[in-house]
Amino acid sequence: MSAASQGPVLAVRHAQKRFGAVHALADVSLEAYRGEVLALLGDNGAGKSTLIKCISGVHTLDEGAIELDGERTAFHSPAAARRAGIETVYQDLALFDNLTPAQNFYCGREISFPSWLPRGLRFLDRAAMDREAAVVIERLRVRLPRLDAPVALMSGGQRQAVAVARASVFARKVVILDEPTAALGLRESRKVLDLIGRLRDEGNAVILITHNMEHVVELANRAVVLRQGRKVGELKPDRSNQQDLVSMIVGAEL
Amino acid sequence: MIEQSDAAPNALKSPKPDLGLALSLGLRLLSFGPLLILVLLVVVISLLTPHFLRPGNISNIMSQTAVIAIVAIGQHLVILTRGIDLSVGANLALATVIGGLLFRVVDSAELVMLAMLLSGAAIGAVNGLVYVFGRLPHPFIITLATLSICRGLALELAIGHTTMRGMPEAIAAIGGGASLGIPNSFFVVLGVAALILVMAKAMVWGRWTYAVGGKPEAAMQMGIPVKWVLVSTYIISGLCCGVGAIVLAGRTEASSPLYGNLLELDTIAAVIIGGASFLGGRGHIGHALIGAVMIGVIRNALNLLNVDVFFQMIAIGLIIVLAVESDVLRNHLEARVRVMQSAKTQ
Repeated sequence: MSAASQGPVLAVRHAQKRFGAVHALADVSLEAYRGEVLALLGDNGAGKSTLIKCISGVHTLDEGAIELDGERTAFHSPAAARRAGIETVYQDLALFDNLTPAQNFYCGREISFPSWLPRGLRFLDRAAMDREAAVVIERLRVRLPRLDAPVALMSGGQRQAVAVARASVFARKVVILDEPTAALGLRESRKVLDLIGRLRDEGNAVILITHNMEHVVELANRAVVLRQGRKVGELKPDRSNQQDLVSMIVGAEL
Repeated sequence: MIEQSDAAPNALKSPKPDLGLALSLGLRLLSFGPLLILVLLVVVISLLTPHFLRPGNISNIMSQTAVIAIVAIGQHLVILTRGIDLSVGANLALATVIGGLLFRVVDSAELVMLAMLLSGAAIGAVNGLVYVFGRLPHPFIITLATLSICRGLALELAIGHTTMRGMPEAIAAIGGGASLGIPNSFFVVLGVAALILVMAKAMVWGRWTYAVGGKPEAAMQMGIPVKWVLVSTYIISGLCCGVGAIVLAGRTEASSPLYGNLLELDTIAAVIIGGASFLGGRGHIGHALIGAVMIGVIRNALNLLNVDVFFQMIAIGLIIVLAVESDVLRNHLEARVRVMQSAKTQ
């Protein structure tokens, strides 16, 4: 274990982001550690989405810094953040309905040969991708009706599982999940939560955005609350302070 | 709810196995539908007219279908990325005219063919570059514009503004000759199809093309060079027009600004009739080929049966409606399968 793995794998320092007159992020700092689930909470418009978009390379910060394993980084595209080991599962899942789970896993970073050709002109190593995808699906205990059918034929929960599993294939440091259970029923939510737990147990830092306090209390080691672009609180969520969390989110007096 | 956990893991399981089976059967039937219809068509027509299956007529169909098939292969790549290429017919005509003009200067089959291919690819590149980097919402307008520009340019350039006779011998052999009793143009179709098949299915480029057609925003997020993938499909579509120009100019030993009239409709119809989705992301080379052959067979059969040429247009129009409706039906059935999948988990 290197010294770096003891400190935060991801640190956001004094982040500032403005969109015109809107101060979307005002001096927000947070740290995420390996093997821990960090819940990112806040009402709509609190700045959660802006913050994760800055971390995952969609936006760049106006001021402040993002550090990965103690090193200051600046991502100018989602692909760059992904290459650095930060995987994001967006609410719309970014799945390709016309492709199979394995094809979805490797889309944009196909295993291919020969390496001296430009990427687009290389040949696909389909056997390797199918094999590796099957291993990941097995390891994460994701149950899918079949591996060789396009994801168009799968339920919301199965698609969510495919998206989360895809993140786990490449995430080496951080997995960000934007409301992964928002569109799911109870049973399917349960399965996705279990999957998030397994991602954490594999040593990833998981950042979870959710509105479901039950899920926060159950899964999160720490919770950071944003309101109107500011960080208004950070605590270890449990049953006793669940109400405090809600108060922080809506800005009510305790 | 009873869990049917011991059923085969790679079968579509459901609480109501009958419905699940019916749905997956329906989807399977839809995916083979165009091929079944083609086979049915051939059987019925050969019963109606004994001339249909004669070798002479078969090779006739092959050479008449070759140009549609080649250009439809390019069109299917464009449609795969949710696009459309309306310029193919005019592009092909311009390529033949440029080839014909060059032939008046040098009698070189190689140079004339190269000129036709370059002309086709250049128009394709204009389509792709203006669509992507001109930030147009849809390729419809730019390819409509190049349709008009190419047709006008071809008419302007062609000597006497009409058909010019003459093509190098080698090109005439490619378009009109035969080997082993099979038209050479058929081998050209096979060659183009094999090349594009490898590119689309075995190469990273092909996977990217499907990804862009499936969900362009997601392809962007995944770091796929979406813009260049789009441009490349229009260039390949243009190249296919160049190949089609070689075959057509060779068969007729002439070049004409009037060639390829309504070829855009024939090729789009071929791709859709063949079973590719108009919504993008779904389809393969077989769809383009089956669709092209179907159009060729229908035209040929109605000719043999002395049916009015106007009825051919009506027949092809009706089949397009059928094809698009079965695409809609497929989407509907897939949605039913999805709902069933989540019902099973609850």
